Order: sequence, then C-alpha cells, then structure tokens
Amino acid sequence: MTIELTINERIVCVAEGSTVLDACAKAGVKIPTLCYHPDQQIKANCRICLVEVSGQRSLQPACAYPAQSGMAVYTSTPRVREARKTILELMLASHPRACLECPRNLKCELQLLANELNISESPFPRYERQVPADLSTPSLKRVPEKCINCRRCVHACLVTQGIGILYTSERGQETVVQTVGREPLGDLSCVLCGQCLQVCPVGAITEIDDTDKVWAALADPKKHTLVQVAPAIRVALGEEFGQDPGGIVTGKLVSALRMLGFDKVFDTDFTADLTIIEEGHEFLERLKEGESLPLITSCSPGWIKFAEHNFPNLLRHLSTCKSPQQMFGALAKTYYAQSSGHNPRDIYVVSVMPCTAKKFEARRPEMQDSVYPDVDVVLTTRELARMLKQAGIVWEALAEEAFDTPLGISTGAGVIFGATGGVMEAALRTVYEVVTGEELGRLDFTAVRGMEGIKEADIEVGKQAIRVGVAHGLQNARLLMEQVERGESPYHFIEIMCCPGGCIGGGGQPIPTTNAIRQKRIAATYLADESMVLRKSHQNPAVTTLYEEFLKRPLGLRSHELLHTHYTPRTK
Amino acid sequence: MIEAPNKRSAQIDVFVGQPGGMLKALHALQSQSEANFLSPADIKLVASKFGVPVAKVWGTVTFYSLFATTPRGRHIIRVCENAPCHVVGASDILAALEQHLKIRAGGTTTDGLFTLEATSCLGVCGVAPAIMIDSTVYGNLTKEQLPALLAEYRQEAQA
Amino acid sequence: MKYYRAHVLICSGSNCAIKGCQTIKDALVAVLNKHELQSEIKVVDTGCLGWCEQGPSMVIYPEGVMYSRLKNSDMDEIVTEHLLKGRFVHRLMTQSTDTLGLASPLNMTPFFQKQRRVVLKNCGLINPERLEDYIHAGGYTALATALDKYAPEEIIAMVLDAGLRGRGGAGFLTGKKWSYTKAALGEPKYLICNADEGEPGTFKDRLILEGDPHLIVEGMAIAAYAIGASKGIIYVRGEYDLSIKRMEQAVLQARENGILGEGVLGSGFNFDIEVCAGAGAYVCGEETALIESIEGNRGEPRFKPPYPAEKGLWGLPTCVNNVETLANIPAIIENSPTWYRSLGTENSPGTKVFTLTGNITNSGLIEVPMGITLREIIYDIGGGIPQGRRFKMAQTGGTSGGCLAEEHLDLPMDYDSLASHGSSLGSGALLIMDDSHCILDLTHCFLKFFVHESCGKCTPCREGTPALYKLIGKMTAGQGNQDDLELIHRLARTMQDSSLCALGQTAPVPVLSAFRHFWPEVEAHMTGNCLAHKCFSGRGSKHDH
Repeated sequence: MTIELTINERIVCVAEGSTVLDACAKAGVKIPTLCYHPDQQIKANCRICLVEVSGQRSLQPACAYPAQSGMAVYTSTPRVREARKTILELMLASHPRACLECPRNLKCELQLLANELNISESPFPRYERQVPADLSTPSLKRVPEKCINCRRCVHACLVTQGIGILYTSERGQETVVQTVGREPLGDLSCVLCGQCLQVCPVGAITEIDDTDKVWAALADPKKHTLVQVAPAIRVALGEEFGQDPGGIVTGKLVSALRMLGFDKVFDTDFTADLTIIEEGHEFLERLKEGESLPLITSCSPGWIKFAEHNFPNLLRHLSTCKSPQQMFGALAKTYYAQSSGHNPRDIYVVSVMPCTAKKFEARRPEMQDSVYPDVDVVLTTRELARMLKQAGIVWEALAEEAFDTPLGISTGAGVIFGATGGVMEAALRTVYEVVTGEELGRLDFTAVRGMEGIKEADIEVGKQAIRVGVAHGLQNARLLMEQVERGESPYHFIEIMCCPGGCIGGGGQPIPTTNAIRQKRIAATYLADESMVLRKSHQNPAVTTLYEEFLKRPLGLRSHELLHTHYTPRTK
Repeated sequence: MIEAPNKRSAQIDVFVGQPGGMLKALHALQSQSEANFLSPADIKLVASKFGVPVAKVWGTVTFYSLFATTPRGRHIIRVCENAPCHVVGASDILAALEQHLKIRAGGTTTDGLFTLEATSCLGVCGVAPAIMIDSTVYGNLTKEQLPALLAEYRQEAQA
Repeated sequence: MKYYRAHVLICSGSNCAIKGCQTIKDALVAVLNKHELQSEIKVVDTGCLGWCEQGPSMVIYPEGVMYSRLKNSDMDEIVTEHLLKGRFVHRLMTQSTDTLGLASPLNMTPFFQKQRRVVLKNCGLINPERLEDYIHAGGYTALATALDKYAPEEIIAMVLDAGLRGRGGAGFLTGKKWSYTKAALGEPKYLICNADEGEPGTFKDRLILEGDPHLIVEGMAIAAYAIGASKGIIYVRGEYDLSIKRMEQAVLQARENGILGEGVLGSGFNFDIEVCAGAGAYVCGEETALIESIEGNRGEPRFKPPYPAEKGLWGLPTCVNNVETLANIPAIIENSPTWYRSLGTENSPGTKVFTLTGNITNSGLIEVPMGITLREIIYDIGGGIPQGRRFKMAQTGGTSGGCLAEEHLDLPMDYDSLASHGSSLGSGALLIMDDSHCILDLTHCFLKFFVHESCGKCTPCREGTPALYKLIGKMTAGQGNQDDLELIHRLARTMQDSSLCALGQTAPVPVLSAFRHFWPEVEAHMTGNCLAHKCFSGRGSKHDH
C-alpha cells in the first residue's frame, strides 16, 4: 500500500508505515537529524528534525511522525527554521566550543549542522557540565561534557550489543549518558568494541589516539618498523578519502604505508590463514575427543572480553588460538626476526585494525610470548587516515603496490575474516579438504554470509555431519552462549564476531558505519576473495614454509608457545 | 552481617514482575539503609533481580528525587521551594534552616543527623510554608519555631 | 448497629495530621474515658474537611458544630460544656464572625455554603479506613448498578452524555478516552489511576485518596468494566505516605469482600488493583512518563502516537485517568448524566475541586460547581486577602497554568474561559498572591520548579528551561536588556512548539502570562524599577541554591 502526501506542496508517494522523514528523503528534502540513526529505534528526543504537519498544533519530529495519506508537511517555514535554530543554539550553549581540540573537528554532526544552519555562536547562557573525562582504557576516551544526549550510544551499547554499560542518568540539565556510579570504563565489563563511538554524532566518545607513538617509531633510525593490515581495512579506508563505500583499496593502502616510512608492509591475512590451520586442527581434535564442543572462535577481542565477563564458566569452549593480530606480532619478533636477521628488541610492530578493542588486546599481559610485546601499537582505520593526511599523501595520486613477503602472502580465506561468517567459511574450506582429502567443489558457503544476526549451516565432512553457527553483534552472541550454558547448543563450531557485520563494522572503522555501509564493505570483501588466485588457507605457500622452517606442525610445541593463549574469568 | 544481603535479596523477590515493582524494591532497600541511600550493592542487587543492566538501574535511581546514591543524614528535611510556599515566606525558612544547621541545601550536617533538601511541592500547601522531616509534615511554620523542632530530633537521637 | 448519642469527627487529612490531630484525638479520648462517656460518644477519624487553615479541627454531630485551631487543653472544655451540658464552646467555634453567638450548622458557614460536594461528599463525614462506613454512605451501589443494569457501552455512553472532562489538566472527554481503549486490540487492558499529583499548590488528590479511598476503588472498577480492563493500577506520588497506606488498605478490604478480584460483586467481571508508589518526579504525572515509571524506567514521556489507548503499559491498551475524574464516576452512574449536567456549565459540566493557597484567609480544599467566578472563590469562600493587602493575581492550574489579574476576577472558572485567557483549569490549584509580590520574582520561582522537574529527554525543555530561568534571573537582577526580551520570546515560542511533552510546552506559560498581564511591571525592571521592591540589591538570584 502506498500513500500520497505533500512535502512543501509537492506530491510524494511512500509506502504505508513510512515516517515523514522517509517521505522527505523521497521528495529530495534533507531534514537535519541528530538523535536519529538508521539502524536504531526512533528516539525523537533531539527535536532538530521538527517540521510543520497539517492539523497539528505544535511542530512534529519528522523521524517519528507517521506519514499519512493527504498530509501536508512543510519543512522550511519561518516557524520551523526558528525552532531549529533555537534548539541548535541551546545545544551549543552547553557544548564546549574548543572545536579545534576535538578529534571530530570537521566531522562532527553538531558542527556541520551549525554550519548548515548558519549558526556561529549561541546567545543563550552557557552551561558547563561538570563531569570528568574517562581515560581509563587503552581504547576509548569519553568526554561527557561534549554529550548532547542524543542517546545513540545508549542504544548501541544496550540494544545492538546487549551490554548496557552506558545509560542516561540524572535529570534536567544535568542529564548525561553515564556508567553506573560514574565508574571508569576500565573498571567495568565494557568490551571496548567502540560501537558507541561509531554512532556518537560528536566527540563525546573517541578512540585513544596512538598516532604520535607511531610517528616516533617511524622517525627512530634504530627501529625496524613493520606494519600489518587487517582484512577489513582494504574495504573501508577509501571512505576516509571521500570514496564511496564498497571500494577495494588494497594496492593504494600498501603504497601509502610505504610512503609513511614503514620498513615492511605485511598483511594480517597471512596470520588469518595461519589461524585457520591452527584452529582447524584444534576443532578436529576436539571433534575427535568430543570435548568442549562447540568450539568457539577467538579472533574478536571484544567478544573475548565479553565472554570473560559474562560467561566465565564457558571459557573452555573458546579456541586457544590467539587472534591473527597477535599471532602476527609473536611471529614478527621470533620467526621474522630470525629469518631477517633483526634483533627482536628493535622490531616495532604496528597494526592497523578496524577495532578499538584490539588496542586493549595488544596490552594484555599474556600477549608477550616473544618476551617483547607482540604488537607495539594498534591504530584504527581512522587514525591511519589521519596519519596519511598529516603526511600529505594525496590519495588519488597513489599507485597500487603489493605487500612484502613472506608475511604479506595470503589467500582469499584470510580476506573474508573481515566479514561475519568469514572465519567459519575459511575454516570449512580447509577442514573439509584436510578431513576428506578431496577438493571442495563449491567454495562459497553462502548460508553463513550476510547481515542476519544468527546464521547456521550443516556440512557433511566425510561421514560426519557438522553443524556450525555464526553470530555477530554481542546481543546475538549472548543468545548462542545462553544455549551453550543450558547445554542445548546444537552446534559443533561457532563463529562469534563482536561487532555487527563483523570486523568491517568495527568501532575503528570510518564514521559513519551504518548497516547499509556494512553491506557494501561485505560485498567488497567477497569480491576481493573471488579475485584471489588462492582461496584456501592451507594453500598459502608462506604458511607451508612457516611450518616447515619454524613451527613444524599445527598445535605443536612452538605453536603452543607463540600462537595459543588462555583466558581470564572477569567479573560482570 | 554475612546474612544481610541474602535477607535483602529475599525481601525484594516479591516485587519482581509487579507493576511498579522496581521502584518498590528501591524504596524498600533505601528505607532499610541507615544512611538513607542506595548503595552500589543495592543497585547491583536490583539489577540482577530484575534482569536489567546496572547502568539502567543507575539511570532510574538518579532520575527520581526521593532516591539518593550517596549517604545522607538520619533525617531528611525537605523544604518546598515552590510558589505556594514561596509567597508565604519559604525562602526565609530555608535560609533559617541553612543557617541553623550550618549547611547548604543538599548538604548533610557533620553529625550525620540531618540532610537538608530543597524540593518541589510537597502537596501540603494548605498549611504553607511547610517542611517535611522524613514522612512527617510541619506546616504553617515560622523560622522561630525551627530550633525547638530540630531540638526534638536531636534529643531523640541522644536518647 | 450500636447507637451513639453523639459523634465527634476529627479531621485526619494530611494537612491536619501535620497540626497534630492525633494528639488531639488521644487527649479527647482520655477526657471521654475520664467521664465514662466512651459508650455514648463515638470518636471518628475522618478525611479532610477542607478548611485546612483552621486545623486541627473537629465536627460534633448531630449539631454539626465545627471547632477549630484546637489544642489538647481544649478537650476538657469541649467534653464538659458541649458533650455533657449541651452548651457550645463559642471561643473555639469556626464561625468566629457570628456576632449573635448562635450556633450555625457547618453547611451554613460561608466556607461551605457555596460549595457543592460531589467528589468530596464523604470527606470529613466517614472514617476512610472502614469499608462499612463507605457502604453505609451509599458506597458501591453505583458499581452494583453498573454491573447489574448496564452494558459497558452504556456506561461509556453515560459518561459521554454527562460531558465529564479529564480533571488532570488537559480536559479531554473521559468517555472518548474510554471508548478508544475499549476499541483497542490486546489483552489484558490496563486502567491506571493517575495519583501522581505534583503540580505546585495542588493537594486535592491526596485528600480524596486519604478521605475517601473506596470512592476511587469504585470509580476504577466502573471504568474498568466499561473499557474491558482486568487490571488496575493506582500510581500514587511517592511522598504521599498516608494516601498509599489508605489505598492499600481499601484495596485489601475490597478484595476481601468480593468487590475486587475474580467475579466483582458476584458478576462475571474480573478486576483487581495494585497500588504503586512514585519516587519523586513531577513529570510522571504525564501519562506516558507514568507508564514508563511503572515499568521501572526513568519517568520520561514517550513520543505519541502511538497513544496509551493503543500501546500503553507493556505495549498493551491502557487508559490513564486522574483521581478526581474517577471520583466523579459513581455519582454519574447513580444520579444520571442529566443530573450531572445540571451542575456546572454547558461545556464544563459538574463540579471542580480546587485547592486554595497563598495569600488567602481560608486556605484549603473546596469543591464548587464549574463556572463559579474567581471572585466568589476568593472573597466568599476564601475569606479574602489577609493582612489588609490587595489582590494582585491568581495562578490557576498550578505552575504550568497561567496568571490572572484583577480584571479577571469575574471570569467563570471553566475549561474554556480560562483557556481563552492564556490560563487553564489544570489541576485545580488556585494560588492567590497579594500586591506585596513582584511578578518577575514569582516567575523566576515558577521557572525554578520546571528546571528541577524537566526530565532531560528532549532538548528544548532540558536546555531551554534553565536558559529561560537564567534569563528571567538576569532581569530580576536588573541586568536585562532588549536583546534578552527578544531571546525570551523566541525561546518561549520554541519550547511551546517543539518540546516532547506538556512540561516543556507549558514551562514558558508563566513567563508569557506575566508579560501579557503585567507588562508595565516587567518593563519597569528594564529601567531599574521593581514596583514591589523585591528585586535587585543582590536578591535577584536568591533562588539559586
């Protein structure tokens, strides 16, 4: 059923159930929004999207108001413009003015809106919210005085991730999004996924900026600097330079990193392939023994921290494999150091990750198996973009280059780690061939792909029927874990990614990251996989060499020393 | 004291699932607190009983003016500041109380006996200006009556 | 039933309880016992008589003589003179202006003469803690009649015919609201009695709940029957200890006697009530905020649509009615809609309960037919302005209402007349202010209330209310300028036009009303003159605690 209404006296047809905001978009009219987020429930609290609706005494929020047949909507009358201006000025009166100091400068929705509405200052009495900043974690920085109470972060934390660390507290003008008892995030069961940051319209939540450490290392002649790039970066970094979402920028990414001055540009996809070999064998072993099934993947540090806080009794189900980032670091300072003749003390490993929780992961005390920190610094996609801009690198002018060897050699299976279902698909490609010794006909396990919250598939591996489950977003993860807790899990193997869409939708990715954008990055990921010559981890020649020269065999002694880890039960 | 949490826990079980149950549970816990407030442990208890995140309970608790998250005095003195009391001299009452107790509105006396709170209408405007000490209302007050009134509470505390 | 030759009714409404009615009662009982009169004279705790200014007070029947401003030491004289010798104690009689010294029955005093008690009919006459007293006064016959004689649709039609409008503030037709909930899909349906009275200067619901709790049970049961609700909730303001206690007790009594629960009064209708307590948030008087609060959340209003009738408590059809609205229902069923329409005015039928506060001789609780003038209330019932001062203005409907000046004294008190003057009937609060007050100082005080009570959800109210408060504060400090005035107007317009709920929409009303009716006085502040000599000299910011 479609309905017909007018927006500024022009007729527009929309599907029944649409909002006035939808109708305006269809009519080619952009309505300013702040609390509205396309992937979240309607909140209607910021009031910036107010419009005049025929028959209504007061202005109505376009984001919430249902479009009705015959309705006349006016979006830019003097009354609407005055209300918008006043509301924005009120917000600005209680928002710090030091835009230049803010990481979101020029990317702040409030600032952009002020610019669009031609507002440069607020005539209203200033109000300063006396709430200290929270710098308690290596991942996230919270500055509540910048909060505009849109509550998008509350929704991300409570509904998307099912955690609820952040919630609206106090009332009246003192209302602010807070943690329980204003405790620092570092003391709570926050998993540092950064989904709150991803939806924050202003700079109230940002990543901890580690770019200065990297600049210092690059400038230090004694350091041999290595950089590894996670699979999800190559399908997202272009957005930071104005490209449409869904572009694959691997070649430019590599040349840009070389231009920054890294001695070697490597690929986390290499250790993603390695993870498949180790985890695949771990799975087969557990399947044989029938112990601690389902096995659950361990690549996602937000998910790991979530499990440690919320399911401390089920940690035996987690794969002991370190994440690809940490496997890379451990090998860089052992295997690579040996083979390249560098003192591991002088090797400086930088990761570029789509993830804020990776910053926390790199600092875990158990992640120092090479005696040195496996990974020295983790940069998010956004921080890398910032560095490239500072270095004056012109994105459009970049040539396309290839990763260095050997830690830059990878397969399509490594690439798809970036998307939800990708680790499972990569594992199945390898497990099938290792068990049956036959070549897999169709490589694409489409049942585990896509944005559906929980996916499952049944695969015949030899004589064994294997059921796998995939969840992304911790709300979905919790459901699968509660099944495990009750002893009712139907799965042998589960992949869990902390963030919606998997790593391509991580908290370190370009802002905005919406579900629509996630889908484009996912499509690009599978495209990148298809374009690879090798698409199965066990076909990676560098991995084969690694086993021959160094590790000897999967799950061997060295693997256990360097590539596997253990988990710590944490309080809720 | 080891048994106390279990006892409190059992006490709020009856409220789970009831309409308005969470507020009832919070009222019950606060009324048992010697310092008239909801401790972090109380908030965690309610969160786990009602199956909601602690931050959400915190959000609820900090919203309502009858709940406190920091210790308060044994007696809460509430002074209405709204117009019906204002027009018959409530600001004088508040000022006199502040002076007498040597605290500002929102503060607690050093002996921990009184917390002074400026509040919205108490619904006893028929006898304005009025104050409430705990659940007892004192109306048609003059500032001269205050010292004797507070002395009663002090005596009771000593006895 | 045991016969007593006299009944002594002691007002135990909150306002009198404050003044020590319990100790009065103890003293009286002691004296009665001393004279061995306990089997002849019955002492009854009753609900509020309304004349709070005069408390603590008592009424002795059969004569209907009211004694006021009582002290414990007066009890001896009352017992020996009145109850033993039949001589009235003139010095304690409420009718202090009776120069002839004759006893005037209670209903002949000016305070009661102009009142018409429908909702308050039992307040001050029965013991609210006894179900028998309520039934003896004719209680629950309306419920029995409704269940026995009428279909739910007919009840709704009767309430519509009576023209009853919501007494919580908005004045929406109660019958219409009921029909929406009745028509909505979803089970169970909820009926919520909104007793989260918080409008400054309002205490009518408190005294109704305390004085006649079974009336509310009965009103709710009839309403629930009409809309098909099986669950009732009464949400009482957290500060109202006695109201909560009385309602819980009444619900329990009703349940034990087959009035609530499975098969109400032996019919096939099931209905039960839960009593909930708020926790100190004015905004919970807004129906969707109240629903959020019952669900255990921050009491923040929801966006409408959907309306509670469709998706209310836990997403189910819900009807929220004010205490006074529900208190009118039994009388309408019992006496017919035509009778109800004989009271009040064409568009505002019935009576209205007001609470008289501020600079007025007789502050208290009154019930009058709609359409009575402000002058009659202030001068006839209220006894005028004390201390020989002049009437300056009246704020109707509480702080979110508007102010009326001297020229409005003959305005009829009904929904539409007040609305046309930028004010409202609202909660029934009537705050009277004399000429010693400054309009801007008062406005500043009104705004402080909204600053404290804004829930913080929507921007215009969260940020606008304090901004408005500070801007008016600037004027009371003598620092206001022309730009501020324009800013105040723009802010007020935006808040009215764009706030999520009525709190933010009405917060600027006191400002606009002051500007509208007292402009010269406001303007004088711009040139350093406070006509009432309240502002400036550093006192402008005295509300800033």
